[in-house]
Amino acid sequence: MSDVPTNAPEHCPGTQSEQAGKASPCQGCPNQSFCASGASKLPDPAIAQIAEKMKTVKHKILVLSGKGGVGKSTFSAHLAHALAADTTKEVALLDVDICGPSIPRIMGIEGEQVHQSGSGWSPVYVEDNLAVMSIGFLLSSPDDAVIWRGPKKNGMIKQFLRDVDWGDLDYLIIDTPPGTSDEHLSVVQYLTAASITGAVIITTPQEVSLQDVRKEIRFCQKVKLPIIGVVENMSGFVCPKCTNMSQIFPPTTGGAEQMCKMLNLPLLGKVPLDPRIGRSCDEGMSFLEVVPDSPAAKVYQVIVQSIQDYCSNLETEEQSTI
Amino acid sequence: MAQKDGGNLAQVRRVVLVLSGKGGVGKSTITTELALALRHAGKKVGILDVDLCGPSIPRMLSVGRPEVHQCDSGWVPVYTDADQSLALMSIGFLLEDPDDAVVWRGPKKNAMIGQFVSDVAWGELDVLLVDTPPGTSDEHLSVLENLRKHRVDGAILVTTPQAVSTGDVRREITFCKKTGVRIIGIVENMSGFVCPHCSECSNIFSKGGGEELAKLTGSTFLGSVPLDPALTTCIEEGKDFIQAFPESATFRAINSICRSLLSSLEVS
Repeated sequence: MSDVPTNAPEHCPGTQSEQAGKASPCQGCPNQSFCASGASKLPDPAIAQIAEKMKTVKHKILVLSGKGGVGKSTFSAHLAHALAADTTKEVALLDVDICGPSIPRIMGIEGEQVHQSGSGWSPVYVEDNLAVMSIGFLLSSPDDAVIWRGPKKNGMIKQFLRDVDWGDLDYLIIDTPPGTSDEHLSVVQYLTAASITGAVIITTPQEVSLQDVRKEIRFCQKVKLPIIGVVENMSGFVCPKCTNMSQIFPPTTGGAEQMCKMLNLPLLGKVPLDPRIGRSCDEGMSFLEVVPDSPAAKVYQVIVQSIQDYCSNLETEEQSTI
Repeated sequence: MAQKDGGNLAQVRRVVLVLSGKGGVGKSTITTELALALRHAGKKVGILDVDLCGPSIPRMLSVGRPEVHQCDSGWVPVYTDADQSLALMSIGFLLEDPDDAVVWRGPKKNAMIGQFVSDVAWGELDVLLVDTPPGTSDEHLSVLENLRKHRVDGAILVTTPQAVSTGDVRREITFCKKTGVRIIGIVENMSGFVCPHCSECSNIFSKGGGEELAKLTGSTFLGSVPLDPALTTCIEEGKDFIQAFPESATFRAINSICRSLLSSLEVS
């Protein structure tokens, strides 16, 4: 993945290329001598700083989807709540959706502010053992738009990973925006030396979602990011009146089940549509607490258990190789 | 990037962006349905799909993966029918493998969008709809910068009823105000689900948020489109919903939005 600076000319070979600073399009570029000296190919010092910071974080889990609106933030928030239900565990949720930060609302902490101290930025605590960081806390009004191009977004993500005082964590969950672009590349690159436990991929049943999700899976494979498994959201709707099931988002090509079979990935669970989920998110409550006996909540608990098992198996493997 | 001042967009009468701060609210679905409704109303329509990471429109219009040809003025758009009444350009056409991810940072995306805006030989169109990815970032800024050399007649903002969605769309409204894009109006999608078995209406994604948002921000509320499995199935299979279900409440809703759009654009 080559880096093209914003002030680079057309046909810039990329700062990481062997031709950096030496190719003909480099003539006249303000970065030419920097690139030609080889300095552009030195790793960003932030990577080592972040790796140091992440030493106190046991498991880093990315929540991804190629597709928007499939329930990444909903899932991330409820995964965080479920993991933090064990009060012996320290959990944190980092929202790197710079343009559309939903996590503060879903966690019921919209309007909170972030404080700076000698040890860095303090995240906002939902519970004693559940911390959250989002650009949402840095915006002064709900109308504020973050109209930033890639490089500025990357800078913020670097700060989130390097400068937030997380303390010791058992789990750091990272909620991402849809796509395979700056935010995703930056998170993966900045955590290169820190090792990501794995990614949970969220989809809905339709092919319109799956076709984007397959791209995300390819992205994970390209950057060698392990995939913990796939969650199919909005998987059928049971009418509260007549209890008949409707497939509002039809799995015309077999849904996540078929995709996971083809790609040899674990399907962690299928969560049905439930109006109470959306309502809980709007009100900043955990629907796992509001309606713990709902079919959706039960599926969530199974999914969370699979993720916990994955993480503890990894811990056991790592310890046995020491 | 070849500059064709006034060139390829010279015969495009109106350009409308379809935006949302939020992902998955139905921008591509609404773009597709509005395009089909406009065509149904006798207009020549184009769709420019600048969602580089998740290009959905080709599947929704069942055009598969055709080869994109070049002519003297640039790329020839893909036509969905023999009458050439609906033209489409999407990065989906340029990918060799549909599962290949476009893993590009901002600058490369900007370059591609620049080409898409300037180098597609649209010919004569009544309306060009521009489908965008969620957010307020590179793609949106680039599309505006490049379209500004020609024209931007306004934006339609799509939301679902819930606060989590309208919360992001408020930011998109700020984006429009800051960049001087006229807001044609707000469409509320996934607005209630009527059970086909017992006709009970369930507000799966809450209720009323779109209208409240319009009131709050002084924008026009263009209408709501219900959750309709017949619509989602047509979208999945690339079928023309307008032709398949002309008597449906969903079609009436889309048609009403289409008429409001035409009147706002003053396209006779």
